[in-house]
Amino acid sequence: MESIYQALVEIVGEDYASNRHEELFTYSKDLGTSPPQWPEYVAAPKTVEEVQKIVYLANKEKVAIVPLGGGLTLAGLALPLKGGIIIDMKRLDKIIEVNEAARYMVVEAGASHGKVTAYLHKHHPTLMHSEPGAPAAATIGGNMAIHGQGDLAHPYGFNTDMINGLEVILPTGEIARFGSCAVGSGWYTMHPLPDLGLFLGWNGSTGIITKISFRLYPYKKIRDNDAFTVSDENLVPEILHELTHLGLTEDLIATSSEIPPVMNRLHHISIMIAGDYEEEMEFKRHMIFDLTLGKYIRSGVGGIGGIAAERLRPQISKSADWKKGGGFEYVGSIVPVAAYPECYRRGSEISARHDIPYTVLGRVIGCCHAMMFSWSYAFNRADAETVRHAREALHETDVMVMELNGTIWKPAVFGQKLMMDRMDQTTLQLMKKVKDLLDPNGIMNPGNWEVQ
Amino acid sequence: MMGLEEYKYKDLIHRCFRCGYCKFPTDWSDVTNCPAYARFRMESYSNGGRLWLIYAWLTGEIQWSENLSKILYSCTSCKNCVEKCPLSFNDDIVNMVVAAKSQMVETGKVPPLVRKFLQNVQVQGNPYGIDANKRADWMNGLELQPYQGQDYLYYVGCEGAYDTRAQGAARATARVLQDAGVSFGVLGVDECCDGNEVDMLGEEALLEDLATKNIDQFSKRGVKNIVTLSPHAYNVFKNKYPAFGGHFNVLHYTQVFADLIKTGKLKGPEQQGVRITFHDPCFLGRWNGEYNAPRKVIGAVKGANFTEMERNKKGALCCGGGAGNFFTDFLGGSGESPARIRAREAGDVKADILAVACPNCLTMLDDAVKAEGLDNRIKVMDISELLCPA
Repeated sequence: MESIYQALVEIVGEDYASNRHEELFTYSKDLGTSPPQWPEYVAAPKTVEEVQKIVYLANKEKVAIVPLGGGLTLAGLALPLKGGIIIDMKRLDKIIEVNEAARYMVVEAGASHGKVTAYLHKHHPTLMHSEPGAPAAATIGGNMAIHGQGDLAHPYGFNTDMINGLEVILPTGEIARFGSCAVGSGWYTMHPLPDLGLFLGWNGSTGIITKISFRLYPYKKIRDNDAFTVSDENLVPEILHELTHLGLTEDLIATSSEIPPVMNRLHHISIMIAGDYEEEMEFKRHMIFDLTLGKYIRSGVGGIGGIAAERLRPQISKSADWKKGGGFEYVGSIVPVAAYPECYRRGSEISARHDIPYTVLGRVIGCCHAMMFSWSYAFNRADAETVRHAREALHETDVMVMELNGTIWKPAVFGQKLMMDRMDQTTLQLMKKVKDLLDPNGIMNPGNWEVQ
Repeated sequence: MMGLEEYKYKDLIHRCFRCGYCKFPTDWSDVTNCPAYARFRMESYSNGGRLWLIYAWLTGEIQWSENLSKILYSCTSCKNCVEKCPLSFNDDIVNMVVAAKSQMVETGKVPPLVRKFLQNVQVQGNPYGIDANKRADWMNGLELQPYQGQDYLYYVGCEGAYDTRAQGAARATARVLQDAGVSFGVLGVDECCDGNEVDMLGEEALLEDLATKNIDQFSKRGVKNIVTLSPHAYNVFKNKYPAFGGHFNVLHYTQVFADLIKTGKLKGPEQQGVRITFHDPCFLGRWNGEYNAPRKVIGAVKGANFTEMERNKKGALCCGGGAGNFFTDFLGGSGESPARIRAREAGDVKADILAVACPNCLTMLDDAVKAEGLDNRIKVMDISELLCPA
């Protein structure tokens, strides 16, 4: 196996290849509850060509490769379930193009969301991209590989709905492009070429995304986070429905959590609005709070939870330390907005069974077309019992999502199996055929979306 | 070795989530503001990676290795991670690394270059292992007075006393103080290592020994006010010596210069049309919050244009020389060495002069500018040299 290490050194240089115990340990660990899975090598390539050489090497040696972005999925999706080479993609981080007029941006896949936000803020202050609800170190490519979503999900959907073009290294090493860039027409649209949607949501098991073009949107000068609070969870879907009908908000997120006490059993709907003029903001607040939500206030079932709170970009998340133990993991699901009340009720029951303060969040996707609903379970990394409880709660939640006819978002292997057990057989076999066709040696992030 | 139970931060260290905020500068421009991570780009070299490795080592999940010690000692204690970590225990995340280094020191398992550094300090009172009797060579020809109750003790430190490049800064600082009529004296061959790097390398006993000796000497000579050449000495005198009974009024020389400029006792030279940028030293900036004094002094240079590098003040990239790395050089040898990145950043803003206020930064960046082939465009100068052209 020394020969593989030497080959990696020749490809990426000695500083960026390792088979040393400390690097293997570090990359064996996910931030969530997944048990460690050890790679045999780690490589951090700088160029697409270097990644390509690693893929050729892996095919020749029949060794698994696992592309890794920010390593923040929490679900162990970039853990080397069958050993092999971790390809840390974060050195592929160039910003290649920003087209202000056509509002798109092309980057290498390892660029972090923080870097993209800072770059736009500095050089193109009237534009923004969709940051996921993840730390700034999350990468653009990693987030696309798991069908991430975040800012602007209400008007524009999943982050993968915002893609204008992709460059991918296939599991056999060839480089393919998708969208207008495939015909040399620039990176401005994914359509109208034949659909080859083979790489998004596959967790890197069908190829390695190396370049991405994604849409940018107007970044308004004034950006507020307002909040509307109700105690009856059954009101949340209809309120969200009315607000999406109004269509004046950038994002809508409903949350409820046991801690802090002021949030306990209440449902806070964050209403993100933006405008370039105070008059515009006042108009939006008037339409939202006076005309649309006023009836809830007058009838005493809802109230304004806050006005004009600051919206930081990048977002700062402190949720990892709620249990003073540095750990949390969540199940994310894509469910109808109407499922909010039941998701909340059953989720808080699971939390109670495992002595974990409940924390739930529902982000509206599209015009109430769906909701990303998540249940977070904090644990103390130094206390194996709390880790076990969190893991069990996560599994119970996965099962619950299936019972609610939901779809698990970025499922861990446990959740993937639940989904594949229920999956239409024709679809399942098509997935297998696609995987076998693209990855004849079975080297790409094996163990993920693996159809038996 | 000691286990987790004996570790000072046993109740905190597992709480790092490894979210990666610690890699960013204040403006979020990239993940490369941790100097060790910028150099190696492996998660093990980010501070989150280090904390997870330390925890695993203390709990016996992994064993000590040379690579583990290299990873820990590549941390320059620059405190960028402290700035960016959003969690409540952020103030301690560099201290956690230093405490782990202490565990390695206690068992003798440190990299050979760290051992050499510490032994040199122990034997000769400086990390270079140069004869202690040569400590006053830097001031040859300056006619400086030994400290005998003057207003200030001018403490030069090991780099200023021994490193040929840093000696220029030591001399320039002395000259400026002389020209401004400041009453000060020096310790000459009686000066000894301040212990800041010894502390950052985890050698607690040697720090205590040095601090005790220095405090004893300062006290016997009646020292009240100390002006330091190095921000490292400034830091340890100001923040660590009180715990050993040493209570002095400590100033960095840029603070004294800024005050002299304000009172009209010091005037800046003409540097018509010269473009100057400034590299913040970590132990003046992030460790002690002093960002203004150096800029005020640079502002006194007449006719010069001052420009900030993109990463500055709290968000400055460390030169890679802290925590003894100017000697051990774990981050050297690459175009991605932090000092070389910093040299290129000075080039990006078209600086003619890259000004520094730290002898460590001076030597690191002077070498880096040469390695980048920028030495025909950019001159690395200590602020004292700016004020006192040779």
